[in-house]
Amino acid sequence: MKRLRLVLWGVVAVVACLFGLFAFQLSRPKDDVVVSAMIGKPMPQFDLKPSVADRPGLSTRDLMDGKPKLVNVFASWCVPCAAEAEQLAALEQNGAVIVGIAIRDRPQDVAAFLQAYGNPFTRIGADDISEVQLSIGSSGVPETFVVDGKGIIRYQHIGDIRAENIPQLLQELRKAES
Amino acid sequence: MIAELGLAALWLAAALAGLQLFAAVIGLIGKGDDAEGAGIAGLVRPAAIVQALLCALSFGALLLLFARTDLSVLLVATNSHSMKPMIFKLAATWGNHEGSMLLWVSVMALSGGLIALVERRLPVRTMIATLGAQAFVGLGFYAFLLFSSNPFARLAEPVAEGQGLNPLLQDIGLAFHPPTLYFGYVGLSVAFSFAVGALLTRQVTPEFARVMRPWVLGAWSFLTIGITAGSYWAYYELGWGGWWFWDPVENASLMPWLAATALLHSASVLAARDALRAWTIMLGVVAFSMSMIGTFLVRSGILTSVHAFAVDPERGSFILALLTIYIGGALVLFALRANTVAEGERFSILSREGALVVNNVALSAILGIVLLGTLYPLLTEAFDVRVSVGPPYFNPVGAIFFLPMMLVLAVGPMLRWRNDRLERIRWSAIGLLALPVALAIGLGISLKIDLLPLLGMALSASVAIGSLMPLRGRALRRVPLATWGMVIAHFGVAVALFGMSADTAFQKERLVAARVGETVQDGPWSITLKSVEPVAGPNWTAIRATLLASYDGGPVQESHPQARSFWAPPQDTSESALLTRWNGQLYTVLGGEAEGDRWQLRLWWKPFVTWVWYGGVLIALGGALALIGRVSGDLKRRRAQARNIERRSAGDPLMENPA
Repeated sequence: MKRLRLVLWGVVAVVACLFGLFAFQLSRPKDDVVVSAMIGKPMPQFDLKPSVADRPGLSTRDLMDGKPKLVNVFASWCVPCAAEAEQLAALEQNGAVIVGIAIRDRPQDVAAFLQAYGNPFTRIGADDISEVQLSIGSSGVPETFVVDGKGIIRYQHIGDIRAENIPQLLQELRKAES
Repeated sequence: MIAELGLAALWLAAALAGLQLFAAVIGLIGKGDDAEGAGIAGLVRPAAIVQALLCALSFGALLLLFARTDLSVLLVATNSHSMKPMIFKLAATWGNHEGSMLLWVSVMALSGGLIALVERRLPVRTMIATLGAQAFVGLGFYAFLLFSSNPFARLAEPVAEGQGLNPLLQDIGLAFHPPTLYFGYVGLSVAFSFAVGALLTRQVTPEFARVMRPWVLGAWSFLTIGITAGSYWAYYELGWGGWWFWDPVENASLMPWLAATALLHSASVLAARDALRAWTIMLGVVAFSMSMIGTFLVRSGILTSVHAFAVDPERGSFILALLTIYIGGALVLFALRANTVAEGERFSILSREGALVVNNVALSAILGIVLLGTLYPLLTEAFDVRVSVGPPYFNPVGAIFFLPMMLVLAVGPMLRWRNDRLERIRWSAIGLLALPVALAIGLGISLKIDLLPLLGMALSASVAIGSLMPLRGRALRRVPLATWGMVIAHFGVAVALFGMSADTAFQKERLVAARVGETVQDGPWSITLKSVEPVAGPNWTAIRATLLASYDGGPVQESHPQARSFWAPPQDTSESALLTRWNGQLYTVLGGEAEGDRWQLRLWWKPFVTWVWYGGVLIALGGALALIGRVSGDLKRRRAQARNIERRSAGDPLMENPA
């Protein structure tokens, strides 16, 4: 009987710990963001041909010039990409260097897209078969990566950039500088 | 006016619950031989009955508000829409947090009222303690409703149109799935109150088990139907072609079911043999605890789930507080009292009780496994490690206990109570145990399938035959209804197990991009995409495909999967289309348009998948039959007793006790 009692108080203690855990978890802000597995990994080796006539293409070497950059994965056929153009322009004005990767696109469409929505990019590589997109763990357009001066991925933003995301992206760029 | 009336009724009901608790406490503190009806304790039963009526009134008021789409009420404005079909307007009453909590409280009050009205078998003090416990649990939920989730809150300005209802929930399955689960959860709260009542007065007797059993049977049948319906709803509405995902919300409904299944069987042992006293009480506490933990996990949003519809951390804190008071309180009470509940009758391992103990241990182990798997992500998150626990854990680990349990299930019902001889059942037992082995080897050699579905199919044959064994050599018309219930429920387990295993083993899946006019092959089906056209419904537009499907060269059947866009609120869903045969279903989903005039089609041929739910329905039917059998038996006994008393008081010499 004594042993049964001990077991029972053990059960009570376990349940108390469980409720304690529940309370602890409830008190913490819920963080549903799944951090990309690519964070901290170097950019894969690639060398993309230019997508438009007036900007050079993009290769891994270009991302290792010592200066942090935003790598924006976009396409002319993607509506949210058009919606985020304004935000990219704002980022550029705040001193961000932005390079683009155009996914499954035609040169004349990209040119028309940039004509219509502005061109914040210093370089644009054409990724016609989503090869680079897949190797950097991007599942759709648009997505934006913060890459530091050594070509290491520091941050990934999935979906279009909204006005409220700009401070965070600028902060990630500053962090990548150090 | 109606909203105010409903709110007033709810407040009154809460006040009566307070009175009921107060009267019960006074009654229990008072002298032990208080006759019922004497003093303040006599208020307990009437308070419970009136409280039930008030709750019914309050819920009726909310139903009426939804039926009329009264947009001056916040809850209606946020969850309904004037254009919705009537059935979904009504379903919206419980398709949200506040309304579903009101439903919960109402069902609980109605069960309390029912006990107060009809239950006369238990000692008066145990009865008072039970109704007191019921009021205590009820008060917490009243407080929750009135202070943090008032369903009757008005808007300062009525809105012009409601915000609609989550389109995934606009489905006939939803009209029945949550209410049935709630009846189950709340039925377990009654079992919980009985357990606490019996603990308080230390009266754990076979009579107590007989009183509790119908409630457990009822709750368990409702849970079974609720889980079955929920599984089918997820299967065809979510368009993923699976019937169980080990999602936290699904586990939240499975855990109380496992505990209730164990409770059902141990209560039978207590009722028939006066054994397993403390264990039955413990399970009574655990079963309701699991309902509450399930509710907490679903409502607090503490776990990430694919279908959490009503998530709010503040409510989570409230439910957690209730959980701590009730579950913690009951467990502490149990730990204090367990050794004063005298040990029950002994029995040998080879007996009906022995088999039922094995069943209980296995069910509890599976419950522990599911609980651990469900909470594990929460545990690691406290150390900032993200994990996701899924089928690779639940299936094999659960099978360790599930498969032996099935073997015992096949043999157990043949055993006699207390003590049986091995020689008596030797040949049937050997037959039932050898059959799955032979089948497994046979199937394993002839077809290449995985181990678990292979064992599942083999065992389902054993269970099916074993479940019918209690009928052997008996005049079928004289078999009691409760026994029929057991036979049918056990047979249902075999049917469901076969469906699960066969679907897992033989399912054929194809993802194609088809042009109109193109024919694709999926298993024995050949499917032609005939056309794709736009259609419109009352609050959605869709593209609809017409598929011509023929099974093994047989007659052509049409199938119409849709990709729907709801506009209030805007959301896209896919409506799968099913072609059902006796031996399975063809499951088709229309995706988006692919390049070059092609349409994405996802096709599954799922052999015997429907048996999963047929089995579930059979299990619930068995529970319902057993319930009817038990209750009508009780009523007969009660009438006989009443006649006895009458005769005695009339001085009938035949009934006079010779001693």
